[in-house]
Amino acid sequence: MKKLLLGDEAIAQGAIDAGLSGVYAYPGTPSTEITEYIQGNATARERGLHSRWCTNEKTAMEAALGMSYMGKRALVCMKHVGLNVCADPFVNSAMTGVNGGVVVLVADDPSMHSSQDEQDSRFYGKFAMIPTFEPASQQEAYDMMAAAFDYSEQQCLPVLMRVTTRMAHSRAVVEVAEEPRPQNELNYNSVAANWVLLPANARRRNDKVTAQQAALEADAQASIYNRYEAAAAPQPCGQKYQLGIIASGIAYNYVNECCPAPRPFPLLKVSQYPLPKVLVRRLLDECQQVLVVEEGQPFIEEQVRGVFESHNILGRLTGQLPRTGELTPDSVGAALGLQTPQRAMPEVVAARPPALCQGCGHRDVYSALNEVLQEFDNPRVFGDIGCYTLGFLPPYKAIHSCVDMGASITMAKGAADAGQWPAVAIIGDSTFTHSGMTGLLDAINENADITVVISDNLTTAMTGGQDSAGTNKFEAICRGLGVAEEHLHVVVPLPKNMPDITRLLRQEINYHGVSVIIPRRECIQTFKRHAKERKK
Amino acid sequence: MKKDIILCGVGGQGILSIATIIGEAAMNENLYIKQAEVHGMSQRGGDVQSNLRISSQPIASDLIPRGAADVIISMEPMEALRYVPYLSPEGWVITSSVPFKNIPNYPDIEAVEAELAKIPHVVCIDIEQLAKDNSVPRSANVILLGAAQQALGIDHDKLEAAIRRVFARKGEEVVEANIRALEIGRDKGE
Repeated sequence: MKKLLLGDEAIAQGAIDAGLSGVYAYPGTPSTEITEYIQGNATARERGLHSRWCTNEKTAMEAALGMSYMGKRALVCMKHVGLNVCADPFVNSAMTGVNGGVVVLVADDPSMHSSQDEQDSRFYGKFAMIPTFEPASQQEAYDMMAAAFDYSEQQCLPVLMRVTTRMAHSRAVVEVAEEPRPQNELNYNSVAANWVLLPANARRRNDKVTAQQAALEADAQASIYNRYEAAAAPQPCGQKYQLGIIASGIAYNYVNECCPAPRPFPLLKVSQYPLPKVLVRRLLDECQQVLVVEEGQPFIEEQVRGVFESHNILGRLTGQLPRTGELTPDSVGAALGLQTPQRAMPEVVAARPPALCQGCGHRDVYSALNEVLQEFDNPRVFGDIGCYTLGFLPPYKAIHSCVDMGASITMAKGAADAGQWPAVAIIGDSTFTHSGMTGLLDAINENADITVVISDNLTTAMTGGQDSAGTNKFEAICRGLGVAEEHLHVVVPLPKNMPDITRLLRQEINYHGVSVIIPRRECIQTFKRHAKERKK
Repeated sequence: MKKDIILCGVGGQGILSIATIIGEAAMNENLYIKQAEVHGMSQRGGDVQSNLRISSQPIASDLIPRGAADVIISMEPMEALRYVPYLSPEGWVITSSVPFKNIPNYPDIEAVEAELAKIPHVVCIDIEQLAKDNSVPRSANVILLGAAQQALGIDHDKLEAAIRRVFARKGEEVVEANIRALEIGRDKGE
């Protein structure tokens, strides 16, 4: 059966067809559509697969381990920076091993289309000694899901599957199975001593997993996803090809776009790690120079070069390819010496950055905040991750930091500790439950002189309006953490309420302790969507 | 058969609906398809584009190389110019003539029109006025698609059938409005 699927959707369909029992995830571009597809899928609903959003990536990863412990197959999805949030359970999942298969799907965002860095998740796989898959096409992404779950159970290790934005958010026709495989039965095969990571148990597991690496590399060597493609014509005896290519993941497609087979040079396609050294050795032996083409950071290139200068390994480190940013058929073409005539972009074209929607409640929050803060010397507003990060841009220019999920409250506290006043934190509802609550407890325990604004639009807006874990619970959460009743306020961010909002902000900034103001109004995008649904 | 198409505009203008219709028509013809989209932050009123490639042969790259696009379909005239480096020497630009001014430094529209005029094959239409005049106010994007059908090399009947399948869920009224929009665009594009 053929379907036109986004890369993310192909991954989701592949997981369902591989006998998945649950997906655990927090929304994050470019990974969000995987979980959304499973939530909307008829088979997934019939089978009662778990697909509700989690509070953050760490809770997601741990719940997946619990499902695996009971013998069933679990998928964890996140964007690359989400892997930092769940790094603890991820790295330790190699120590526990798995019972039911676990696939950790991480979508990297080279060129930072919607992210704060362009870290390459393959380093995490190597670091944690976890086998890593990197599909080159939507079809391969679909096929790999079943292979990854099988391999995870065969090796008793989770599998990291790494994709990038262009794979996740590009559609292609994918051949999918007619019938999904059955789910695993619940079983009690987990050995408790493997899962209780006391030092004595963990040392034993660490030795086992370390020893297992040679077998993983041998499997990568024989994998159908790693392929040595010989050159069109053999070289005369004793002579080397001028150039050979290593291409991993979707970088393989750009090489094919510029130089389709049959090619004048040999090529090694890599889509399964640990890096298959024997195949790399063969390429090095057959070629004078090797160009490494990979999406993201120079992961393969550094391993092949070693720590010393090596004049015959070319790539991002030697300037043939750009050192940062996502690859394009053009940058790969240039590295292969190709040139195409092209027009320049006319100078008249102006940049058009994204902006907060007209009618968005965050706009009213920033208007109020700016009006009040101009009355103070050197106010600082610590921002967070979400649509409201756009408050940095004109016309508001309202925030002074944005680092990672939850950092608004903790940075405001640290600034207040240093003597800063006013120190204001602005954080969205979903970000607050993801990683803001613990920081607020720190602030309350020390009665830090900060004002926290939880701008609640009742959804996870920036990724497209997914459910937000704390909806209807924020006042209770704040009270429970210890925010004083008289310093906890809820307002409706609308222009007509501006006098009330500014009065409250002024009052709470002048209170020298923790106060929380919750401006609450539904996201204008989900509001429109809900209005449409009601009309039907 | 091989067509590389860039669809562009401002977030929320409906370029992905155009892509869905072309994709549906191509899929029905058993053609290979690759369609790279923009999701996430830039959708909030920023510039958005989609690379759509259809071919009777397998397609390697999800992205269209510079200087290779056969058609640029743009919901906004300045946005059409943003992707000119991707246009092939004999490629077509099919664009709405109506500027979308959500930035303070939007250039003079005369300067935008002058740049468009330098491209050998340009169709520039006031799709929004046409949509209003013909009582299909929500289908301006499909008028643009109608005007692009010759450059795309896809038969009108096939696009019409694709519209029927894509909009079937939304009811007969929506289907008919979009088919009317496709015809208006076709007549305007000729």
